[in-house]
Amino acid sequence: MTQVQAKARKLTIARAMAESIAMEMRTDDKVFVMGEDIGELGGVFGNTRGLYKEFGSERVKDTPISETAFIGAAVGAASDGMKPIVELMFVDFFGVCFDAIYNMMAKNTYFSGGEVNVPMVLMTSTGGGYSDGGQHSQCLHATFAHLPGMKVVAPSNAYDAKGLMTAAIRDPNPVIFMFHKALQGMGWLGTEKDAIVNVPEEVYEVPLGKAAITRTGSDVTIVGITSGVHHGLKAARELEQQGVSAEVVDLRSLVPLDRDTVIQSVRKTGRLIVVDEDYHSYGMTAEIIASVTEAGVPMKAPPQRVAYPDIPIPFTPVMEQWALPSAEKIVKAFAKMKENE
Amino acid sequence: MTPTQEQELWMYRHMVVSRFFEETIETIYMEGKTPAFNMAKGPIPGEMHLSNGQEPCAVGVCAHLNSDDIVVSTHRPHHVAIAKGVDLKKMAAEIFGKKTGLSGGRGGHMHIFDAHVNFSCSGIIGESVGVAAGAALSRKMQGKPGVAVAYLGEGAANQGAFHEALNLAAVWKLPVVFVIEDNAWGISVSKQASTAVKYNSDRASAYSMPGVHIPNNDPIEIFAKAGEAIERARNGEGPTLIEIETSRLAGHFMGDAEAYRPAGEKEHLAEIDPIPGFKKRLQDQYQWTEAQDEALRGQARELVDAAIQFARDSDYPAPEEALDKVFV
Repeated sequence: MTQVQAKARKLTIARAMAESIAMEMRTDDKVFVMGEDIGELGGVFGNTRGLYKEFGSERVKDTPISETAFIGAAVGAASDGMKPIVELMFVDFFGVCFDAIYNMMAKNTYFSGGEVNVPMVLMTSTGGGYSDGGQHSQCLHATFAHLPGMKVVAPSNAYDAKGLMTAAIRDPNPVIFMFHKALQGMGWLGTEKDAIVNVPEEVYEVPLGKAAITRTGSDVTIVGITSGVHHGLKAARELEQQGVSAEVVDLRSLVPLDRDTVIQSVRKTGRLIVVDEDYHSYGMTAEIIASVTEAGVPMKAPPQRVAYPDIPIPFTPVMEQWALPSAEKIVKAFAKMKENE
Repeated sequence: MTPTQEQELWMYRHMVVSRFFEETIETIYMEGKTPAFNMAKGPIPGEMHLSNGQEPCAVGVCAHLNSDDIVVSTHRPHHVAIAKGVDLKKMAAEIFGKKTGLSGGRGGHMHIFDAHVNFSCSGIIGESVGVAAGAALSRKMQGKPGVAVAYLGEGAANQGAFHEALNLAAVWKLPVVFVIEDNAWGISVSKQASTAVKYNSDRASAYSMPGVHIPNNDPIEIFAKAGEAIERARNGEGPTLIEIETSRLAGHFMGDAEAYRPAGEKEHLAEIDPIPGFKKRLQDQYQWTEAQDEALRGQARELVDAAIQFARDSDYPAPEEALDKVFV
């Protein structure tokens, strides 16, 4: 492979995650992986592919279907100096193991006055759009981000996925790494081509808690995370046809939350639309709008949000697709803002 | 496995220290809470779960452990913490919510963490087991010495977490010992009313590990059986489940009227208090004298008094320090 080809190498998010984990495992023998079907199978969503072959079953451990036990065990191992990466196959499954997550993983550092570190990564799949029903399609960003003591990241593309994963593994705190199934690059879940981007072969970090301006613009700020970013980019292209210049902010992290980047963008554009595939009420969209409002940013129109209705996710495609956020909904939200001006 | 005289005295001394500690906490806890009982009042606010009567479970197991070994205890943690060597002054200060406490007042009595001796606990029933299994996994993967011990109450044996962790520990043959302190009561619900099996130790057979039932809260027998289990774990032979029928001499927590207890139970439990029993054993076995006993008690009293004084004399943290230590 020539140098030019190496630079142009594109990866899916799934490949980028696996590559980051492998690179950390090569240089740090404290790093290991646990979860359901993450061994020989390579993870249901492909993000541990190749690890079992390279590192073997001692460091890439298939677990029983016992999330409480193996996430609890990750807390114990992390507290004892290891750096476990565990996978909760679908974020929807948090119900069986949330004690281990929010009462143990997220609080032990505080309860120990900072004496006990819990350096672990919990990676979990999110998102719907492929008719998997209401227990396999949720995002639940805010459920995790609301509770103190854990960092929460969610990449929209493969470059960020690799860098965020590296930073998450190296962070001395617990990190929830949420990856959207439709962005994984697994053909059978649909493929978002914009998520497959150039990924450097070397190790690098994308800092936790730093948003990215994915597209610059001057008329409206569209804030999103994971799938919301892609809806925002598509909407920005449509708005461009109407002569509207949209800026798209990819939060990348929910905890810590980069409020400054959002606030600076809205100061510039004077308009704000927030997009989230998580539920509408009490969620990320409300948090962003509240933060911008509290900062006293003057706005030309009331901010809008495009989020999932407060309903369980329906199965039938006509209902599910109707409920999901989309570029079209963002464009409509912009039109509504203009009407109010 | 039988303890040496030195080990027996170590166990007895730690039982006495633990009992003095709990009795002292019990007294101070009521300061500011009479005539009207309000949990938020007084120098020790919040829930308080005393371990009086359960000391043998702590010393019989921890006598085999050193500071490198890991213990994850429960919402009723003081006796185990003391036997594991947790800093008594810092623990007392933590219970008082002082700046000098183990976590500077962020945790409190149900969240005692002392990284120096690898002790932690949790207020969530059944969550100790997964964490202990993971610490055991860590030692196994790193090839480092050390075993993990998870304490839990008999009520926690009906939690899913218990069954998941036992299965995982057995599948991976982890160096961990699960110790059930069966004090017969889950708050006010009896074991009989809540548990389908007579002995929780029988549940070990479902996970292909030895299940050991110890019926009489006897520190010597606990020492023997725990010693075997810990040796198995150290030798890489996998986990063991131990169930100890112990006594909760006090209520579930301070303020518990204990109306659910059958008539005469408290009196009976007082008669089989393990501390006088241990003293008698020392007298029979080692010609332990009253003078020796007085001296030991005096030293224990001094230790506890010094810890309590340290806690009382310490400052409260600045309120805004609450914002620190969420992350490191």
